[in-house]
Amino acid sequence: MTAQANELAVDVRGLRKQYGDVTAVDGIDLEIRTGEVFGLLGPNGAGKSTTIEILQGNRGRDAGEVSVLGSDPATGTRAWRSRVGIVWQDESAPAELTVGETVRHFARYYPRPRDPEEVIGLVGLEAKVDSRIKGLSGGQRRRLDVALGVIGDPELLLLDEPTTGFDPAARRQFWDLIRKLSDEGTTILLTTHYLEEAENLADRLAIVARGRVVAEGEPAALRERHGTGATVEWTEPDGTPRAEHTDTPTKVVAELVHRFDGEIPGLLVSRPTLEDVYLRLTGQEDAR
Amino acid sequence: MTTTTTAVRARSRTSEKRLPGAWGLGLRRGSLELKQFFRQREQVVFTFAFPVVFLFLFASIFKDDVQGAGINASQLYVPAMMAAGIMSTSFQSLGISIAIERDEKVLRRLRGTPMPPAAYFLGKIWLVLVTGLAETAILLLVGTTFYDVDLPSSAVKWLDFGWIFVLGLTACALLGIAVSSVPKSGKSATSVVVLPFLVLQFISGVYIAIDTIPDWMLNIGALFPLKWMCQGLRGVFLPSSAQVLEQAGSWEFGKIALVLGAWCVGGLVLCLLTFRWKNRRDG
Repeated sequence: MTAQANELAVDVRGLRKQYGDVTAVDGIDLEIRTGEVFGLLGPNGAGKSTTIEILQGNRGRDAGEVSVLGSDPATGTRAWRSRVGIVWQDESAPAELTVGETVRHFARYYPRPRDPEEVIGLVGLEAKVDSRIKGLSGGQRRRLDVALGVIGDPELLLLDEPTTGFDPAARRQFWDLIRKLSDEGTTILLTTHYLEEAENLADRLAIVARGRVVAEGEPAALRERHGTGATVEWTEPDGTPRAEHTDTPTKVVAELVHRFDGEIPGLLVSRPTLEDVYLRLTGQEDAR
Repeated sequence: MTTTTTAVRARSRTSEKRLPGAWGLGLRRGSLELKQFFRQREQVVFTFAFPVVFLFLFASIFKDDVQGAGINASQLYVPAMMAAGIMSTSFQSLGISIAIERDEKVLRRLRGTPMPPAAYFLGKIWLVLVTGLAETAILLLVGTTFYDVDLPSSAVKWLDFGWIFVLGLTACALLGIAVSSVPKSGKSATSVVVLPFLVLQFISGVYIAIDTIPDWMLNIGALFPLKWMCQGLRGVFLPSSAQVLEQAGSWEFGKIALVLGAWCVGGLVLCLLTFRWKNRRDG
């Protein structure tokens, strides 16, 4: 690994932000390494968007140290802005322009932009190059937002709930795009409330609840660390489904084998999913 | 694999290319602004065609000779509508469009790019300059063709026309940028911007001849640029016999330059103090 790859693209310590009486961010620490895909996962109102807006340099903070690509975003220069790509939560492209006009124009803001036509292809909008933005569907507009976020060939891409409102196919396409950008060396931070998305894309993730990071690590490690035990499910001879949560699933199965003397109807042994971990950590177990 | 690409990208970044300049980007933004303006039919009609339609209506309805001034009423309406046209394409157009851009987060998005803020304002200046010139030219064409108004007869008059246009347009554009921060949302922008503009048109001598407006109203109108723009353009396009209609009995070019110049400075200060890239809800 080069020294470059070991550097932190984002380094946040003790970040706090209050809106009146409401504490949106209550002491968040984050370390995002250069080149990784980092997921910020949490329910609505957990403080994800506020955090990412502070990293974008688009919102002030009340306390904490923030370094994004080596600079404080609150005093970000034009040169710094040219290295950071932003995909906002809500789309905001000029409705009267065409896709091509908009992407080509935004390319001019950057010192070393990507090829606009290539970027339009990357997000799958080739067929819409000459269409006015106001005529695009919601999903197409989001893809245009992504195009505008990556047109400057950013070192760091910040995406705030990029796939909200996507249909499943569009979401898969978007994941491929993120993987491609990541393979090219772009550091990516994305917020999401879709677990599947975080698990599929993120090298590491932080689960945020009530303005704090409640867990952090690789998705599999999080599951290991925070999801204890296993659940054994089976069906009783009278048809009643049963489930037992246990730290010793093998023992439970052995007992069942003994009791049923052979095949156990409806046997299922499952480790907790990331979703179970997530719901428990964010205090939403009742949602299950 | 990732490490290799990262290293390659890091190396290519050491040969930093310079950031694009504000002037060039301002030109690009200007052409983009014009494209957007002319693609929104309602906006074109609203800011562009209104003064033309009003000139046609007023100048066709009121056309009697004005006693002792050596002109007819139609002639009065040509410079008045030209002044209103300048304010419409600057104050009204910017006041509404920037409020909407702020509300729809177009401004916030631009702020997230390395675009220099000056480029945004340069783009707006090009938009206002081109639409203002076109509007003035159309009104002048209608005025000279149908309502007995002559083109300025001397170089001095053309020069007066020039500085009144530039100072008036600049002052109104800056006021438009400042007023765009007043409406809470894009939806309320039109009413917040149009109402004061409409009132000003009544008390500045656009719709109603200057000698029939009560003095106290004219004095309020005189606090703002529009009254002085109307007066200056009357001075350019009407014979000097028409000076008797003025409050002061003369065109007062010196005072006009002073007031409009002061509004340019004041408007700039207001803009610098109030301009925001985000709306209030965004904190």
